[in-house]
Amino acid sequence: MIKILKRLFRSIFGGKKNVKLGFYGPPNAGKTSLANKICKDWTGEYMGEVSKVPHETRHVQFKEKVEIDYKGKKLTFKMVDTPGIATKIDYEDFLKYGLKKKDAKKRAKEATQGIIESIQWLDDMDAVVVVLDSSENPFSQVNITIIGNLVARKIPVLIVANKIDLKKANVKKVESAFPDYEVVGISAREGTNIDGFYESLFKLVKKV
Amino acid sequence: MKIKKLKGLSLHIIPFAEVKNLGISERVKKILNLVLGNRVVILHGRLRAEEEARLIEDTMALVDHLKNFKGIELAVIEPDLKKEGVFTKMKYQMAKRLVGDSSAITVIGPASLIKEIKRDPKRLELLLR
Repeated sequence: MIKILKRLFRSIFGGKKNVKLGFYGPPNAGKTSLANKICKDWTGEYMGEVSKVPHETRHVQFKEKVEIDYKGKKLTFKMVDTPGIATKIDYEDFLKYGLKKKDAKKRAKEATQGIIESIQWLDDMDAVVVVLDSSENPFSQVNITIIGNLVARKIPVLIVANKIDLKKANVKKVESAFPDYEVVGISAREGTNIDGFYESLFKLVKKV
Repeated sequence: MKIKKLKGLSLHIIPFAEVKNLGISERVKKILNLVLGNRVVILHGRLRAEEEARLIEDTMALVDHLKNFKGIELAVIEPDLKKEGVFTKMKYQMAKRLVGDSSAITVIGPASLIKEIKRDPKRLELLLR
């Protein structure tokens, strides 16, 4: 109710000045890569480290006052990049990437805490970009749980089907998994269709 | 080719009526207790989005504290209403509000036992370790 009243107030007196934008999704979908691309485009700085090893982001990280100027319209965001959400963590999975047992165990411990942190941050977001790997099966319960929680909290959602540069990428499959949401296919690493992403992002913010 | 024999799989079915009146903490606790006992839980119905999030949070807290617990595999199968008429959809939504979502099936099992749950709209496939 309070959120609806806030939205009504904003629609009369103008939009929210500083939008808290969350990046959510499963591990290794490219949340930080996308956040980095946006931050680099508009502030000249990166947001965080990226890696092939899952759960590289194990703490929520922020970038204050990222001003995006798209087609003459300006919006300021507080960007919140979150650790990937998963239902299982096994340190042995990290050993396959060449990590030592001690480091793998430490990473697993931090990753479990990162997932809890991500979920606890859900309530604080004004809008969320759910980043999915378009080369993976989108019908996973984690994806459904994340989106279900955002809908339950009435937080506007944009789904990004990332990694469209990969051969196995299938944006149509992501669209068919989530027919009620706008899906934009991009490659954060290659910078493909970033304009399409900004277009969708500005549409999303209108719902805040 | 040597085929490994499956030693056994313990399924625990929870009827919807059994969890209907439980609060979020009790529901999640009940499920996790069974999963910790190495059972695959088949819940008649589905958890609410907030309950699923809580289940993941509590699972992660347990992974952090219990040595051999690696987490859970979770999947939900629901009736596909996309091709149904407006009246059927309305009936379904109304029933869901009145008595909860009892038309779905939720499968939750220990990740040490289940490698993956593959899902297509009407079928669940449990791949065991």
